[in-house]
Amino acid sequence: MEILDYAFMQRALLAALIVGVTAPAIGIYLVQRRQALMGDGIGHVALTGVGLGFLLNFSPVWVATAVAALGSVVMELIRWYGKTRGDLALAMLFYGGMAGGVMLMSLSDAGSTANLSSYLFGSITTVSPEDMTTICILAALVLVITVGLRRQLFAVCQDEEFARVTGLPVRLLNLLVAVTAAVTVTVAMRVVGLLMVSALMVIPVAAAQQISRSFAVTFAAALGIGVTVTLTGTATSFYADVPAGATIVLFAIAVFVILTALAAPLAKKRARAAAKAGKGCTLEVPGSRTPADDVSV
Amino acid sequence: MHQPVIDLRGATASLGARPVLRGVDLTVRAGEVVALLGANGSGKSTAVRSVIGQVPLTGGELSLFGTEFRRFRDWARIGYVPQRTTASSGVPATVREVVTAGRLARTKLGVLRKADRAAVHRALELVGMADRAKDSVNALSGGQHQRVLIARALAGEPELLIMDEPMAGVDLASQEVLASALREQVGRGATVLLVLHELGPLEPLIDRAVVLRDGCVVHDGPPPEAVGQHALPGHDHVHPHADAAAEPIRTGLLS
Repeated sequence: MEILDYAFMQRALLAALIVGVTAPAIGIYLVQRRQALMGDGIGHVALTGVGLGFLLNFSPVWVATAVAALGSVVMELIRWYGKTRGDLALAMLFYGGMAGGVMLMSLSDAGSTANLSSYLFGSITTVSPEDMTTICILAALVLVITVGLRRQLFAVCQDEEFARVTGLPVRLLNLLVAVTAAVTVTVAMRVVGLLMVSALMVIPVAAAQQISRSFAVTFAAALGIGVTVTLTGTATSFYADVPAGATIVLFAIAVFVILTALAAPLAKKRARAAAKAGKGCTLEVPGSRTPADDVSV
Repeated sequence: MHQPVIDLRGATASLGARPVLRGVDLTVRAGEVVALLGANGSGKSTAVRSVIGQVPLTGGELSLFGTEFRRFRDWARIGYVPQRTTASSGVPATVREVVTAGRLARTKLGVLRKADRAAVHRALELVGMADRAKDSVNALSGGQHQRVLIARALAGEPELLIMDEPMAGVDLASQEVLASALREQVGRGATVLLVLHELGPLEPLIDRAVVLRDGCVVHDGPPPEAVGQHALPGHDHVHPHADAAAEPIRTGLLS
């Protein structure tokens, strides 16, 4: 295959594969907690880290990871203690992060508009071998946490109060989810860009839910969909000369639409099978009512 | 006398500026089944939520299993059934997955062994939901949902069961299932504290009723008809208010 002849494309495909696995792996917990847009917020904050990295002349990916992790911890703290206007505080953090990134980038010598847009919208073909090492280390961390602690994270995201009474370290696990999400955002930013990072965390999960009834299947299917769209999206961008990030996100949405369209007939089929297995409705003979038919009020 | 499993003394708590508990004493001894009764807003839910540390006490003392609450870490001994709201979330989950979450406290680092899977299955069978184990919790009726939440608490094989209105909005058939599941737990020697609106089918199981009104205990003694459970062989415990002349409380009027 021609695509594999170029070293930069090999790196791009490997990065795409890693992002396709890690983004839905942490995204599923955010969706479960109904915080689907948290990844988006972290992406905004991470831009300040990128700008800071350029200004300090230090690896933007690592600085972005540190700043995004800090930002996600602040968001988590706002969620704990925020009583009423938590959404306003979050908005402040998001746009402050965005503005800070643009400002710092313009102040630095290396930062330019081209650089800015490569972080905002992704620039998968410019992933360097050093970036690759960073991405691999961070992705391994994300997978260890999201797969290794899946039962604990499931319990916390399903029912926080119950998890606390079970004796789980709920605050610690919540912080872990937040920091892991931040790490994932910085892993994914070179591939799809900070503005579309959240799409890869959420859309594969949303698509997988259409066809599954269990968390385990949703998890596996979301990872499968994630990998499929990142790889095909990257390959398509190579052959059709279109931006990889946008292609990947549009593919993901297409998968969601297709699975949603398939889900309705699937549900009907399941209902028919269930109806066949059980008995149908029959008219009731007077006097056959049992106490079980009564509903207490 | 058995050791107190829950010992709440002079508890005060407030939600916002409103005092909800105003000096509540509540003692539950090992093997007892205690119902916490009272009208809406009387503080009964807040009382149980403070027992499990979900509502901070502003005053008073609490100990669980003889350990001061601050030092209590042995959460695997407690099974909690929240007021039905929270078992559905943004991602589908099967009945078994939700119930398994209740077993985590008994596992090491969340690794399920054979015994853990068996306990989850037993809990599902106890509430009559074993045949629905692979169904999504979103596809369940209110009563079935409640049974799942109870199975989740039972999966950890707790010594103390704390239930917040387990019968609210549950049809009679499910109520009977829940009552028999509870009977089985009590038969095994479990201690139970439940918040109830009315005694209903659980009545024969209940040893003692504590009635709250405006954040104060107004009655602590036998429920209206304390029979049934006493007829069980091996049931020999002593009530603090075993006075035969005690005025029966018609709890239906209080709810």
